[in-house]
Amino acid sequence: MRPFDYIRADAPATATKEAGAGARYIAGGTNLLDLMKLEVMTPERLVDITRLDLRDVERTPEGGLKIGALVTNSDLAAHPDVRRDYPVLSRALLSGATGQLRNKATAGGNLLQRTRCYYFYDPAQPCNKRDPGSGCGAIGGFNRIHAILGASEHCIATHPSDMAVAMRALDAEIEVEGADGAGRRIPIADLHRLPSDTPQDETTLAPGDLITAVILPPPAKNTFQAYRKVRDRASYAFALVSVACVLRMDGDRIGGVALAFGGLAHKPWRDPEVEATLTGESPSDDLFDKAADTLLREAQGQGGNDFKIPLARRTLKAVLREATQTEAAA
Amino acid sequence: MTTYLKMDAPQPRHLDETAQGVLGAPQDRPEGPLKVSGRAVYAAEHELDNMADGFLVRATISKGRVVRIDEASVKAMPGVLAVISDERFLRNPAQGGAGAAPVQGAAEVAYFGQPIAVVVAETFEQARHAARSLKVEYAVEEADVDPETASKVDTPDRRQLDQGDIAAAMGDAPHAVDVTYTTPVQSSAPMEPHASIAEWDGDRLILRGSYQMLKFNRAELADSLGISAQNVRILSPYVGGGFGSKLGIAPEAVAASIAAQELGRPVRVVMARQQVFEGTMRRSETRQRIRLAADTEGRLTALGQEDRVSNLVGESFSEPTAQATHFLYGGENRRFKQEVARVNRTCAGSVRAPGEAVGMLALECAMDELAEAAGLDPIELRKRNIPDLHPESGIQYSARSLAACLDEGARRFGWSERSPEPGQRREGEWLIGLGMATAARANVLSEAQARVTLHPDGTALVETDMTDIGTGTYAVLRQLVAEMLGLPSEKVEARLGDTDLPPGPGSGGSWGASSSGSAAFLACRGIRQMLATKLGCTADELRLQDGTATGGNLRAPLADLLTDGPMVEEGHLVPGTTAKEFSQASYGAHFAEVAVNATTGETRVRRMLGVFAAGRILNEKTARSQCQGGMVWGIGAALTEEIAHDPRDGHIVNRDLAEYHVPVNLDVPQIEVAFLDERDDAACPIQSKGIGELGISGAGAAVVNAIYNACGVRVREYPATLDKVLAGLPAL
Repeated sequence: MRPFDYIRADAPATATKEAGAGARYIAGGTNLLDLMKLEVMTPERLVDITRLDLRDVERTPEGGLKIGALVTNSDLAAHPDVRRDYPVLSRALLSGATGQLRNKATAGGNLLQRTRCYYFYDPAQPCNKRDPGSGCGAIGGFNRIHAILGASEHCIATHPSDMAVAMRALDAEIEVEGADGAGRRIPIADLHRLPSDTPQDETTLAPGDLITAVILPPPAKNTFQAYRKVRDRASYAFALVSVACVLRMDGDRIGGVALAFGGLAHKPWRDPEVEATLTGESPSDDLFDKAADTLLREAQGQGGNDFKIPLARRTLKAVLREATQTEAAA
Repeated sequence: MTTYLKMDAPQPRHLDETAQGVLGAPQDRPEGPLKVSGRAVYAAEHELDNMADGFLVRATISKGRVVRIDEASVKAMPGVLAVISDERFLRNPAQGGAGAAPVQGAAEVAYFGQPIAVVVAETFEQARHAARSLKVEYAVEEADVDPETASKVDTPDRRQLDQGDIAAAMGDAPHAVDVTYTTPVQSSAPMEPHASIAEWDGDRLILRGSYQMLKFNRAELADSLGISAQNVRILSPYVGGGFGSKLGIAPEAVAASIAAQELGRPVRVVMARQQVFEGTMRRSETRQRIRLAADTEGRLTALGQEDRVSNLVGESFSEPTAQATHFLYGGENRRFKQEVARVNRTCAGSVRAPGEAVGMLALECAMDELAEAAGLDPIELRKRNIPDLHPESGIQYSARSLAACLDEGARRFGWSERSPEPGQRREGEWLIGLGMATAARANVLSEAQARVTLHPDGTALVETDMTDIGTGTYAVLRQLVAEMLGLPSEKVEARLGDTDLPPGPGSGGSWGASSSGSAAFLACRGIRQMLATKLGCTADELRLQDGTATGGNLRAPLADLLTDGPMVEEGHLVPGTTAKEFSQASYGAHFAEVAVNATTGETRVRRMLGVFAAGRILNEKTARSQCQGGMVWGIGAALTEEIAHDPRDGHIVNRDLAEYHVPVNLDVPQIEVAFLDERDDAACPIQSKGIGELGISGAGAAVVNAIYNACGVRVREYPATLDKVLAGLPAL
């Protein structure tokens, strides 16, 4: 571990003032500390934000929910309003990590988790994300867990968060306080980036930006919500494919649907065309196949992860069948 | 004095005549409270005065030579004391029981991640940072990293056997299967990483380490350093799991010793988790061709197992893939072959149940395939093929309760409810299936010594350098001595894990409890003889219970017989001809019920049962834990565990417990374990057999057979991850 300075912030303004280039905020530290031990991340300065008053979950004037950035994953999953109004989020949280990790991990930190790509984790391997310009070890390497959508020739890593996938389906907004003290909101769709030729830039946050809260819009009424996570063991494994689904029936037609996917891309994946394919239509296996065709129209396997393409299709279909109570075609 | 026994004949069952009644009871581990409250001090937890910390530097090439280590690149960093690279460094750990140094020299690199230097600093963090920053220049050579394409392949004589004509028998048989299974590289991944603290007192070295076989480790360490074994003391009273990875002295111990000598202060070297994966023994991958042919009655006429495994150049160990296949089933025409590909991968060595753990994964699935081909119940097929005499050597079997385990397991598990036709039971998205497999693990006895002291205050002490790697040695030895000397278990203390004590067999090959237990038994026999003499009866008449001796109408408290002070006796057990005259093994039967998700191919084990017979059970609780632990690894072998190598340079890709998937709590259902009462007189004087590796042997095959029964997908490439199951499932 490289030596670093440690500063404890007592207010968001002091935190953003202390956090210049080379600094990192630390809250739960469940990902950052591991990466620092491996020297995958080598911040010169840690700004501890755990004393900030960002631990509340409160109703917004619009009827939504404002989740403080320091609310732990455990507390958020167990919050009665979340369980009642946003069950997809509660289930996504509980499918992630372990009880011990969820007790430490925070909402803000979870959004900024780094990829679990093996090559990113090993400083002896090339990785454009860790060491820009060094190449991508995963391409042509062992790439079972890697992306099939939105990847680039520079990086095929996936985003590992479950929580963020559910928040993407819920159209959350991220409240950020900038280094200049000004606050702003970023739609979650615009928070994470695709790798392109700068995979080291994972989000649109500027240096010093501090996530202070996540805002959920008012809950949609009469929706089916589910988070389906497919993984290599029953717990404590990252998603190979996950689907967050918020679906509303309008009579015997699909009135509206939000679908976000984990394990497929460098960011929580959402495709408006998939949702357009489904909206206003009568549910059927044919329709679900069309939705899967749309989702996977540009999917590309890397060898080790080719199975994710049929797996994503099957998982999506199963989720849609359940959401619309459609029996499998005979 | 010493009571000595060489196992040249089956032994009488003295332990069925003793009176205390504690042996076999499910007693708690005496050291358990220390462990669960953090008071048991493990190797790396000792804080010595003036101790420095070392961190191993890994090679970042797969093959070649270290040309230059730029010490100056780190020497000025805070806290850094030394960068040491020494020709005595170990390329890899010693193989189990080697008793001599493994390949040495830090300059030649044979695999990615090989330790090539140690950086020592005032703190662990400083040492790690400096090790990470150290600049190393290499001369890179072309590496062989794929066992399938390796340019050098050996065929060890001891692994080749041709008997009869297997090809003809296969051609003639009404039922035959000819299938190839593969198993991946696995890692032991013990909870406690490998760690050593070296401390010199003049020319005498004390090493606090985490090791399984101290008698050998002492010799290996001394040989590695070029010093006399008399000058080496190793302490390993607590070991947080080994599974074979701590059988032989490893690079961190030698590096710590050399650094401590050079710096004149104690040095601690702890392997980081990633280094445990890269630098300790791996279980070799295997490719196994299994051929089975049966007559119309389901009796085997041919049996073949031909495998390819791998190891580094210069390592004599090769995975004994077919170990159980040789003795488990009959079949006149037999063929065994082995190829050992020489590859630049982490050293392969013994990992829990070497041989059976992988060989039975293939054999027991192939038997399932044959049962289906022959239209026989898998249990019936196995029972019809239990040979009367060893099918190759013709020797007799010692106690063997295989058929009884199969029958008892079938009864307990509800096997009769299984449909032989796959895919018949569905609950929502989940397809339910049952599978079974035989368990078998060769039994081995190893030379062992132990010293027992009976004190006038009615307490006793048993001492040996035997280790307890989580297996229950403390509990078992205490119980055995308590039984023999007629004392409550709490009155007996076991002192282990110190090379100053009489040399034991070490923990490996499942021989620990039987071998060290037999040595303690023999010592107690000697003490019983002394007590009988004091009391005035014969040893056969002597009855010891709750601190009182009776015999020949005489009765006395032990204290009255110990007026001259404590009685001390050593026991010394040596394996003998019974090892050659009897085919000895522990047996059992595994049963598994799985649910396979028809959408995703995910498999969840819903229940498991193991019925085992391993001679006398010494502690029903620790024995059960051993079997359960083995069965959990069976779940891992079946479903999740696989070391992945980069196809280009062979480096281990998944080097942590987030990505190397051992089963977690939610993967493990209620596991039922039952023992059948058995005595094996040919095994050892306490009639017990190995149990630590029995639970894993065959367990994974039961799970994979259950997957087939659930969904009709036969996965022949372990582990049966969801992508492999998915490939065989119908479209949604």
